Order: sequence, then structure tokens, then C-alpha cells
Amino acid sequence: MARYVVCKIEDFPASGRMLVEVNRRPVVIFRLGEEWFGLLNTCPHQGGSLFNGYQAGLAESDRPADYRYSRQGEIIRCPWHGWEFDIRTGRSRCRPDAVKVAQFALAVAGGKEIESLDDVKGVETFDVKPEGEYLLLSL
Amino acid sequence: MNDLNVGGDRPRPYRGAVDCDVQITVPHRDALLPYLDEYWRDVSLQRGLQTLDTAAFPRQAPINARPDWRLPEPASVRDQLRSLQVNLLDRYGFSAAICNCLYGVQLLHSEDMGQSIARALNDWIAREWLDNEPRLRASIVVPMQNPTMAAEEIRRVATDRRFVQVLMLVMGEMPLGKRYYWPIYEAAEECGLPVGIHAGSMYRHPVTGTGWPSYYAQDYFSQASAFQTQLTSLILEGVFGAFPTLRVVLSETGVSWLPPYLWRLDKYWHGLRSETPWVKVPPSEIVRSRVRLTTQPFDTPADPAVVERLLDHIGSDEMLLFASDFPHWRFDGDDLLPAGVSPDQIAHISRANPLATYPRLAEGVVP
Amino acid sequence: MEKDIFSRLAPRWRTHIATVGMLARQGFTQEMQYPKGQPMAVRRDAFPPGGGMPGSDLDFMRAQHLDPNNVQFGVLIPLGAAQSLQNIDLSVALCTAINDWQVEEWTSREPRLRGSIVAAYQDPQAAVAEIHRLAGKRDFVQVSLLSRLPNPIGHRSFWPIYAAAAEVGLPIGVHAFGNGGWAITGGGWPSYYGEDMMSHAQTSQSALASLVLEGVFERFPTLRVALIEGGLGWLPSLRWRLDRIWERSRDELAHLPRPPSEYIRESVWLTSQPIEEPANRQHIAEVIDWIGWDRVLFASDYPHWDFDDPQRAMPLPLSRERRDRFFLKNALDLYGIPHG
Repeated sequence: MARYVVCKIEDFPASGRMLVEVNRRPVVIFRLGEEWFGLLNTCPHQGGSLFNGYQAGLAESDRPADYRYSRQGEIIRCPWHGWEFDIRTGRSRCRPDAVKVAQFALAVAGGKEIESLDDVKGVETFDVKPEGEYLLLSL
Repeated sequence: MNDLNVGGDRPRPYRGAVDCDVQITVPHRDALLPYLDEYWRDVSLQRGLQTLDTAAFPRQAPINARPDWRLPEPASVRDQLRSLQVNLLDRYGFSAAICNCLYGVQLLHSEDMGQSIARALNDWIAREWLDNEPRLRASIVVPMQNPTMAAEEIRRVATDRRFVQVLMLVMGEMPLGKRYYWPIYEAAEECGLPVGIHAGSMYRHPVTGTGWPSYYAQDYFSQASAFQTQLTSLILEGVFGAFPTLRVVLSETGVSWLPPYLWRLDKYWHGLRSETPWVKVPPSEIVRSRVRLTTQPFDTPADPAVVERLLDHIGSDEMLLFASDFPHWRFDGDDLLPAGVSPDQIAHISRANPLATYPRLAEGVVP
Repeated sequence: MEKDIFSRLAPRWRTHIATVGMLARQGFTQEMQYPKGQPMAVRRDAFPPGGGMPGSDLDFMRAQHLDPNNVQFGVLIPLGAAQSLQNIDLSVALCTAINDWQVEEWTSREPRLRGSIVAAYQDPQAAVAEIHRLAGKRDFVQVSLLSRLPNPIGHRSFWPIYAAAAEVGLPIGVHAFGNGGWAITGGGWPSYYGEDMMSHAQTSQSALASLVLEGVFERFPTLRVALIEGGLGWLPSLRWRLDRIWERSRDELAHLPRPPSEYIRESVWLTSQPIEEPANRQHIAEVIDWIGWDRVLFASDYPHWDFDDPQRAMPLPLSRERRDRFFLKNALDLYGIPHG
């Protein structure tokens, strides 16, 4: 397993999403509160860039005229055809078992911890400082 | 088995078949007079009401009667019935036939007049048709002008168990999935009746989404497009979820439009699901489990290979219901179904599927 | 984009638009009858970084679509309300402005792109004049109409347009959409955008049936028509149905000596987008077998949200010949672009 330092936590964009290329793969990283989720930035349908999608909530209903809306911001809709994917699982809303986006594990690690690991690479070149906190992506 | 008169040289794969769509015609306005109450009978006479033939099915248009089945107009019930018996029921040994009467009741703008004539029509069907031929079953004609009245009529007529479905026209005041129509679906479901949506229009709108065509040929052509738009409405409005045991039969639709239509609808559902979040499974699954289509017209070419491919695209042997569409001119000779439908599929289409779709068929007449 | 076009109008029309707007046989002045699934029905990633509407910035279109997708030949179709306006004079003026804008901002700057002549069908004489004004230019490869007009598209009131197109040798592109003022279904106005979108396949069917049955192809045998953005899967069924109806309606259709399928096979092309997506993709190839591989044209619908990516729209192993035809050669042939 290779691990990649994505960025300093404080540098993560305020928009709550970030596009990186890891080992030639485009990965979109979403921040939901203090949790981070990485998805392949290619919609399994026709290849739209999920990074450019709309972060919606989850609309559910048991009968017409009943709209339940929850999990605001946790569903990414592809900017092209509007397919919905659960940011937490990568599964599509319509066919969760058949259509999924590949996920990448993310973790927050301190600079000291990172210095002790031997398989860590940087997404870009930058210095890891012992006192900093960093986002670490596993591949 | 009703295999009387089925000669040895007759094609036999249809013995015991259920014909899910035969047309019966009100010969003349006066035929219904005895079934109207006093006020409406007198209205018919005072105002000189005409026979309510619909522009969707001009009687004399060649497409609306097979040449060898055409009767001199106005054809009496007796003559129509004899033709049905000789040409279909006895000839092929059908076990039952479901009558649809496309009298233009739904076209009237007065809800009350629509209601009164629909009542008379259903009573006329029971007395003049069902009482005279035990193999016949019928659809309940409802005043679509007023869904509450329509629901009342369903509950009134459904006590006669020879009525096996509710008849609606594919083009109404508004798309058929809209909540406006739900009292009809509620009553149908409560009575255990499928809703049969048949080609035809209330003519509240042009038959195309782009205005009135010059030719009847396009009016008839447009029925197939109308079925597509109305099926979309039923699905996206959530009718199948709200009425979980309701079945819908599409009659006289053409069949071959179905697969590409579903491919498109499934595609759009993936992107627009959140607009109608009550639609939880792909529309094609809803259609496969809840919607049936009658088989004439089929709208395929003569090449059996194409028909085989098309049936593969449909992907289910359970979706089609055998129908002759008598006396409309859909096929010649004994080609009740197009070449390319296998004997096994014929068995499904002509017997098993109708019996599964119409619970009331199992009562009594069908052996 | 609207600014680019409105600035080309006479002051009278600029005032008109600024005050009463552009009435277009629908109730809203800004919103559409069915609010779209995404803003302005566009790809969310198609807004040019320099501002403006998607599809209004040539450099961005090159960078996002033409270059990465190796587009060698692209046909522009300016939609917008110009062709559906209630005020006929305004419609005529806007169509002219849009046509000039296509040349100045697009086709003169990018040789891969060609335009579509938008013409005010409400005033056939003006439409004919506009066709003749522009037909000689290399910038335009078709005359653009919409599927939803106040009368079915085969209606005789539109025939001068077909006569002019046939005369100058330009195909008619019939793009799904438009506001004819009628409900999009024969059974009234649906509730949802999803129904509106779905129904464009049915209005495309109505448009084609109308062209055939009203006798347009019989009267103008050299006229070629491309049906755009209605998908393509429905065509075989339509052809089979029309032929059967024609066989049974020879008296009513005495003006059509040949079966509908023959007119369609000769005179009609279909663009692919939004391509139907059966679970078994081989099925779409079988449907195109029935249509004819020489009659289907790839379309992306860039920058709209239901864009088809050329890399993914036809996920099937195709022979080289079919691939070339579908993605390029059929279009070059139809639109009269020389190729080797």
C-alpha cells in the first residue's frame, strides 16, 4: 500500500472539495465536517468529473407528495447527467450494488507520524513539518 | 373446453386463448335509450343527440374493420355477436374475450351527461352482450370527465363479476398519472380490477404535442406516442407505488415501441430520480411487473427474425396479452400473432398471462 | 451571449425586449414551463472561466470539447426562444441577428464549426428570404426548425421553407423542443421535468410522422431532414407502424404513392443524442441495423447536461466502417463537406 500526503489540513479548500492526481488517477476529495472521503473523479456512467458536480442532500420518499431530505451535502451529482453518488460509500443512489465509484481511504496524520512511515509520497512536493496535520491518502 | 366448431384444418395453438381486446359498437344512439333514466332519455330526444362515435375510430375507415369482418352499418348487436362467434370465438376455440366499447362517452364536456350515458352503456353491455354469450367479459366504461363519478361507476358495476377491468382512454383531460385521477385507481384496486388504458382520446388536446394533424392516419399513428407519454406519467407520478396491487393493461398500443422507450426512461431516471424520489426502482422493472400490453397491433415487419429480436429486447414472456382487436383490421387470415412468436410464447401470451392479469377470469367460464 | 445578440437588433426591438420581454407561448417570462434538472439545462462544468453562458466562448469550447474530443466537424444549433416568439417581427429580427452572430463569433473564427440557419417559421416568406440570404455561405450547413410548432411540422404553411431548403440544397435540422403552445402530450400537461424530457422522443415521432403523412417528402423529393436530440431507438417501430397504417389507408393517403418507410429511408437522418442505454448495449446496435448505419449521426449536445461523450456514447465494438460513418462520414455526406 502506498500512501500519499495530499495537503496540510489547514490548506484544504474551504469549498470542501479538492481535486488531486494520485499515481495518474484523478481523485476528488470531499470534506464532510471532520471526515474526508476520496472518490475516483470519473463518473462510471459517461465519465463526467464529479469534482464539478453539485453536492446535494438525499431525497427520499415513500409516496408522492412526501419529500424527506437529509444528509445535506453528502450526495454528489455528476455535472453531466445528474447521477447521484453517496460521497461516503461511492455507491450510486439508483443502483447502489451495480454502479459504484472507486473509493480511496483518507486519514489525518501528524507530521511526526508521517516522518516515521517509509512508504509515504507527496501528491506534490512540499515539506512535512513535525507539528503540522496532514491529509493522507492510501492507494 | 370451448372447442366447438374448431375444424381439423383450423390453426389450434389458440384453443382456450383469452382475447383481451375485442371492440363492440353501439349501433345507434337509440340502442341506449332504454337504459337511460327518464330525464336523460328525454334530453337525448329533445336535443336530438347524435350517436357518440369518436373521431379516434371512424366506423367506415378501412383500418377499423377487417374487410371480411365488416358488417353493414349500423350493425345490430346480434350481427356483431354472430360475427365475433364465427370469426373468432368458435373458429379458434377461445375460452373468453374481453369487450371494450369505445363509445364517445368520455368526450362529452358535461360531467353529468357523461355519467348518465356511461351508466347506460355499462348496463347495455351487461344485458345485450354478456347475457347472450357466456364467453364474453367486459371493461367498465367510466366518465373520465369526473374521477369521483368514475370511481362510483366502478364500484356500482364491479358487483357484476363479468366486468373484469376498468376502461380509460389514453388521452384525457390531463396525463393519467396525475393525482386528479387517483380515485379511479383506488376504486379499481379495491375491486381487484386492472385498469385497461385503450387507444382513444377525450380530444381536450390535439393528439400530437404539436397541434392537429390533417389526416386520420396520423391521429391513429399518434395513439402509440400517447401511450408512451401516459406511461411516463403513471410511473413518475408514483401511481404504482401508491396503489401497490394495481395492474395496468395498455390496449391497442402497438408493441414494438416499448423497449427503446424503457431504455430512455431508465436513462433519465438515473439523472432525475430526485425529482420524483418515490420512484425507487428502475422504471423498466415497474413496467415489467405491473404493466401489460395487448398484442394487436404489434407494429413489426413480416420478418420473423426481427420479431424474435424484438421479443428479446422486451426481455419477458409475461408482459404481453393476446388480443385480436376484433374487428379492427390488424392482420389477415389466421395471423393472430406475427411470425416469430414461438409456440411457448403463444401459450404464455394467450392463456397464462391473461389469467394472471385478470383475476376474475378464473371464476367460472375459463376452463 | 444574449448581449452579443441583442446589440445587433434595432433600437425598437431592444426596447421591446427590455420592457415587455419575449413572449413565447408559455406563462413565465424567465423560467421555462418545466424548471430544468440543472441550471439552464447545461453541464455544470461548461461555464466559461471568463464568465458568460455555456456555449458562448469559442476558446473554452475548443479547450473543453473540440480539442480533447478531436472534433473535426461540428454543427452549431442556436436554440433560445427566437423561433417560438409570439411577436413575429421580433422573431424575424432575432433570427437574423443570431445568424450573423454565428458567422462573426463562431464559424469565421473556427473552421471546424458550421452554423444552422434559424428562420422564423411563423413568417414563411421572411424565412425563405433568410435562407436565400445565407445559403451560399460556407458558414451554414442546414436550416434549423424545432419539433414543437403551433401546427404539425408537415403542415402546408411551412412548405415554402422546405421548397427553399430543397432549392438551395440544405437539409432541414429538426431539433426537439420549442413551444408550439400545445401540451407536450396528447393527454395534457405533465407535472415533471422528467416527463417533459421524455416526451421529446414522442414529439420527434409526431414531427416525423407529420412530415411523411402530410406529403412533404413526396412533394420535395430532394429534401433531407435530420431529426436532432430525440434519440433514435424509436425509429424502427415508427416505420413499421406507419407502413401498416399506410397499407390500410390508401384512400386517405392517396397523395403518398410509396410506403412511409421508403421516404424515411431516403430522406431522414437521426442524431444519436441522448442515446438510449439498454442494459445489453448490443440491442442498440440491432436497432441501428434496422435504421441503417448510413443514417445515424453522432451528436454530443455540448454544452447541455444530457451531453453524450463521444468516448462513451457507443460502448460497443464497431467495425471501422461503422465507427467512421457514425462519428464523421455520415455527417460530412449529409452536410456536403468534401472528404476523402
